[in-house]
Amino acid sequence: MTATTTATPAHAAEPAAAPRPSPRLRAWVTRAPLLPALIFMIAVTQLPFVATLVISFFDWNALYPDARAFTGLANYQEVLTDADLRKSVLTTIVLTATVVLASLVIGLGLALLLDRRFRGRGVVRTLLIAPFLLVPVAAALLWKHVLYNPEYGLFNGVLHWVGGDGATQPDWISNTPLLAVELALIWQWTPFMMLILLAGLQSRDPELIEAARMDGAGNWQVFRHLTFPHLRRYLELGGLLGSIYIVQNFDAVFTITSGGLGTANLPYTVYQSFYQAHENGLASAAGVLVVIGSIVIATFALRVVSSLFREEASRA
Amino acid sequence: MNTVRAKRLGLGLTAWLAGIVFFLPIAWMALTSFHSEEDAATNPPSLAASLTLDGYREFFGADGGASPWPSLINSLVASTASTLLVLVLALPAAYALSVRRVRKWTDVLFFFLSTKMLPVVAGLLPIYLFAKNTGLLDNIWLLVLLYTSMNLPIAVWMMQSFLSEVPVAVIEAAHVDGARLPTILTRIVAPIALPGIAATALICFIFSWNELLFARVLTGVVAQTAPVFLTGFITSQGLFLAKVCAASLVISLPVLAAGFAAQDKLVQGLSLGAVK
Repeated sequence: MTATTTATPAHAAEPAAAPRPSPRLRAWVTRAPLLPALIFMIAVTQLPFVATLVISFFDWNALYPDARAFTGLANYQEVLTDADLRKSVLTTIVLTATVVLASLVIGLGLALLLDRRFRGRGVVRTLLIAPFLLVPVAAALLWKHVLYNPEYGLFNGVLHWVGGDGATQPDWISNTPLLAVELALIWQWTPFMMLILLAGLQSRDPELIEAARMDGAGNWQVFRHLTFPHLRRYLELGGLLGSIYIVQNFDAVFTITSGGLGTANLPYTVYQSFYQAHENGLASAAGVLVVIGSIVIATFALRVVSSLFREEASRA
Repeated sequence: MNTVRAKRLGLGLTAWLAGIVFFLPIAWMALTSFHSEEDAATNPPSLAASLTLDGYREFFGADGGASPWPSLINSLVASTASTLLVLVLALPAAYALSVRRVRKWTDVLFFFLSTKMLPVVAGLLPIYLFAKNTGLLDNIWLLVLLYTSMNLPIAVWMMQSFLSEVPVAVIEAAHVDGARLPTILTRIVAPIALPGIAATALICFIFSWNELLFARVLTGVVAQTAPVFLTGFITSQGLFLAKVCAASLVISLPVLAAGFAAQDKLVQGLSLGAVK
């Protein structure tokens, strides 16, 4: 990281007549405005995580507080060998990968469509953004009751319209529970991807594309050699930010299936193991594993963001 | 030439179709919210059913059910208070990171961002135990603190990019005139960066309003927020569809309105200022 910390113009222009404070004092004066936010963040996010780390080494069921004992890595071993918990790790990976990839691909298609001028483009954009703006619990309730419900949901209603009285009336959530959660999340997250990619498309250099077209490049060639390479970082950014949010998804899993039918992801499992099963030690170990997974994603995410950021800084 | 025009028309129509497909569930939910419970629960659905405000009346407690007002007020208090606290903490921090740059300012900025990648569940249990032992469970002010920590990194990140656009010469002139930091921030920096500050506040408000996990675990009856109130509709037993639809729309309304009003700023904020 290139922390360019040469004296800012602000310092250079300090009035010469004033008595010069010591450099150390001046450093503190510069730092002071930052401290409240920094201390607040450390206290409210880092301390609880350290506590989670400590608790994860204890065998601790909240219903039997006296039986609390240090067990070393036993909780981790249990989390990693327990079939249900292993399944929730897998579910988290599948859920996140599916939702992020599908919403990126659909979002890219929509962004390319919306990048062109057509009548009512603003209206279409607003229609497309709406799913992302619905309160997540409300969106999950919408899918669970208004669309998927086997008795009066819209999906089966449409099947009824099309196929008449004998139409099949599947119970969507029971038949394909994970897909049901995924579809709801893809619907909510596609607009987010579209917005980021649209911003990327609109930051292209139009002269470059004009020049390529003058040289006889077709639509596909322009996309393949100009648009796509330019969009790559925006795709990465969307994918990584989406991953960070969807790895942590709780609202949709909790609302649509309540973690049943093999849809429990890690955040739901952590919630359940301490909120319902009162297994504090196990829940903490699972929580720490979520963090390790997130750190892997975050390392990539920070790299992408920092490359965008460096570009921003060099332009300024 | 005609094929080009036809193709352009076709792509425009495809975009319209996509927009309608994505919006349809919300439109359907809105329509259902204005139906009577009997009409809402028919299969196949009836498009000709008469419209009524019963769903909304029942949502607001006309059927003797729990009134949503306390939870809506809690959400409003938690979101507004934490947004204000975020701004009070983030503005000076962003100032230190952009105008009067501290040493290693990029490292500090990345520290803020990295906390955003720490999953909520990583600290939930100790926070719950802390709240339980100190009697802060079911207290709206605990949520305010947590929502502040949730949004502060985004706010610092966004605001430092907005503050970088404030001309240093103006600040320097005020400094020479003897203005102190609070004066500089409130009289000079804040007015210039106002649109950016407003966008930041909007995004913090939306995230706080939407949050479920903290609110679900840490509140009960008294400090329940609107999303927690909505989770009361999860089970299908004795479900009133029109009421659910009315509830979902009313609770989403502040976010929908704010989001439509500031679409561009929303992208910039959600991508942590990386996309402009």
